Amino acid sequence: MSKAKNSQNCHELIIEGASCASCVGKIEEALKTIIGVESAQMNFALRTVSVTGNVGTEILIKKIQSLGYSAKSTSDATDEQLLDEKEVADQKYYRLLLKQMTIALALGIPLMIYSLLGGPMTVDTSLERGVWLFIGLLSAGIMFFSGKHFFVGAWKSFVNHNANMDTLIALGTGTAWLYSMVVVLFPFIIPEMARHVYFEASAMIIGLINLGLALEVKARGRTSEAIKRLIGLQAKTARVLRDNKEIDIPIEDVVFDDVLRIRPGEKVPVDGTVIQGHTSIDESMLTGEPMPVGKSTGDEIIAGTINKSGAILFKATRIGKDTALAQIINMVKKAQNSKPPIGRLADVISAYFVPVIMIISIISALAWLNFGPDPAIVFAVISATTVLIIACPCALGLATPMSVMVGIGKAAEAGVLIRNGEALQTTSKITSMILDKTGTITEGAPKVTDIIVTNADYSEDEILNIAANIEQSSEHPLAQAIVDSATEHNLSLEDVNHFEAISGRGIKADFKEQQLLFGNEKLMTENGISLDEYIETAQVLANDAKTPMYLAVDNKLSAIIAVSDPIKKDSISAIKRLQNNGIRVIMLTGDNRATAQAVAKQVGISEFVAEVLPEDKSNKVAELQSQGEIVGMTGDGINDAPALALANVGFAIGTGTDVAIESADITLMRGSLHGLADAIAVSKVTLRNIKQNLVGAFIYNAAGVPLAAGVLYPFFGLLLNPVIAGAAMALSSLTVVMNANRLRLFKPQNH
Amino acid sequence: MIFINILGLGLIAFIVWWFWIYKPTDAIELTEENKTIVVDSGIYQPTRIKVPSGQKTTLEFLRKDGSPCAATVIFPDFEISKELPLNNSLTIDLPPMEPGEYAFHCPMKMYSGILIVN
Repeated sequence: MSKAKNSQNCHELIIEGASCASCVGKIEEALKTIIGVESAQMNFALRTVSVTGNVGTEILIKKIQSLGYSAKSTSDATDEQLLDEKEVADQKYYRLLLKQMTIALALGIPLMIYSLLGGPMTVDTSLERGVWLFIGLLSAGIMFFSGKHFFVGAWKSFVNHNANMDTLIALGTGTAWLYSMVVVLFPFIIPEMARHVYFEASAMIIGLINLGLALEVKARGRTSEAIKRLIGLQAKTARVLRDNKEIDIPIEDVVFDDVLRIRPGEKVPVDGTVIQGHTSIDESMLTGEPMPVGKSTGDEIIAGTINKSGAILFKATRIGKDTALAQIINMVKKAQNSKPPIGRLADVISAYFVPVIMIISIISALAWLNFGPDPAIVFAVISATTVLIIACPCALGLATPMSVMVGIGKAAEAGVLIRNGEALQTTSKITSMILDKTGTITEGAPKVTDIIVTNADYSEDEILNIAANIEQSSEHPLAQAIVDSATEHNLSLEDVNHFEAISGRGIKADFKEQQLLFGNEKLMTENGISLDEYIETAQVLANDAKTPMYLAVDNKLSAIIAVSDPIKKDSISAIKRLQNNGIRVIMLTGDNRATAQAVAKQVGISEFVAEVLPEDKSNKVAELQSQGEIVGMTGDGINDAPALALANVGFAIGTGTDVAIESADITLMRGSLHGLADAIAVSKVTLRNIKQNLVGAFIYNAAGVPLAAGVLYPFFGLLLNPVIAGAAMALSSLTVVMNANRLRLFKPQNH
Repeated sequence: MIFINILGLGLIAFIVWWFWIYKPTDAIELTEENKTIVVDSGIYQPTRIKVPSGQKTTLEFLRKDGSPCAATVIFPDFEISKELPLNNSLTIDLPPMEPGEYAFHCPMKMYSGILIVN
């Protein structure tokens, strides 16, 4: 307790940017002005400051930042440290369980063999009494050493009006041991036929359950593989430029605005903006996007990705817990521990489970005592013990969380971030998927696709140059595409005169004494320009989801320039995957009908709504919901926020850095729509896995408990041995964990 | 035999009362100096915790139990779930809460506790 108190009252902070001794006094004084701070002392050599007082670390850091320095706490353990510690702790626990198991089985197995070979387990002579008394005390010692945690746990929960698995094991093994001891110590109060000891059961059960727990610890370690992999992406050191020198420092010591260098093959240590050089970066580990992405000055780079080709300098923009990677890890961890609604029934059941089993065990014992054959007391003890031991609340309790853990991790590996268990479950039930066109199905960046020169006096570049000259003054969204294209072709732009935008038609301007007209068919015909056979050419372009524009120089048609927002190359196959899953796919767009129709046709969508205002998108969601559909809505997460929020599941197409888009239930880190199909595939297989686990656990308990109580005895003379019950119980929870682990092998892209 | 039957039924009645009907009323109030919840041997100690409403609350969890069951604590009402390091305290910040009872538990609900906000 005192340790916890100290950690609260004593803060160690690392200060960055304090380069002169005069900073020391300034920082100390400033910290002392904070209410609650008792003392602040800076060590200039180490650049650390120790603060005592009842005050939050964040307040101290903010104060130091307000002075122009950067600071952070030394006590913030990194994810990796936590994970390592957890692994060490798990390993230790595993070895302890194995040791406890070995000792329990060392007594249990010989006794078991002895009884199976027909050795008398009864107490008749004084010698037998003496031997059994010795074995009884030995097994008490073993129960204390190997099973202490069950008994302590059972007692502590009992005092708190709570009952759990420990309660059942402690009661079961305790009953068997107590009865056996009564037989040994007071044989005369028990009928001669019933003087049978069950010390082997107590030892065996404790040994087997410890073995089951040990194997479970191992198997559970594998369920968090995905998060381990993500944490492993973090670099350990960073190369920072300070005082014109490059130094390698641990990434925890990197501060905001540091300039860092990375060379080819190195991991990006923190998020940042490239300030010098260009390179290509492999982001597949985060986004699932297999192609490396080119980066040059001004581009953002993300921690955890790998620099492929060039050496670059970049400035740290997000560090520590703020990096995209850290946020992803945080989100995945949180989601892995959240529970989908399907798990709630199991929760309700587990609240009543253990006391109900205790009651069943008493009823079973009473039934045997009242109606059972002789020796009734033996049957009563065996059935009561076996009922207590065979019942397994763990299998029920583990069923949902284990599968969610693996499923959400699996999705993260495919670049799909699922916010919580509820989103996971709803995703598996989606019947309709609404896709926004721009930026979702298409790239969201219009490009010049065709330049058809109709006047042989001009070259393609000349036409593009003229068009760009006019468009640079225009605010039309398509204009930017033409200007960009001209810049790509290294064409220099010049100003035009008498620029005039004609609404719904196009643009009119003068350039070097030439009269220019640039716009749609109406603009041309109204100015008496004959289009002749080129109307058909334009129609072909429009049918191809492109927007054709005519350029006339001195009232003579000179070119047709087509602009289009290209469809992402894998949209068609991804939409097909959705449709193959029986999902109704609907496209929404603000674009005109002809283009919308052409795009819809290209990607194989038969239902689309064109000319939709942004605020009408959520109406469409509501309309589908009123038809009884479970609606998924996919958009960019910014313009579509209301529709995403209203949909049963909102999917946001991320850009790699915006990992936690608030309005979305699921964030696709890769731009591809395959992420959608992956998300649905993973959620379906996870839900199926949960159902298998739950049904398995229900059936196991529903069949095992009556069997243990002896319902089959009147018909077949069959009564379960308590040791078998112990083995069955250990196996049942292990099976659940192993079944969940099967999900790790699932490949979403194949579904 | 009648005696045994009565004893058995009495035991059942006791189980029903002890685990379901009985509602504990005591709760530990956490203070600045003493806000550590120890996780050990199947329970959170203290189990019932009183905190004031309408202000931020910080709790410290100290896990002494090696069992993986004990490793995660979940506050479902606040969508908080934290991995508890072994033998090392971890601070959990809770948002200001409305008066009421909020459960916290391990993923399997073997460990469970109640926050009583008033």
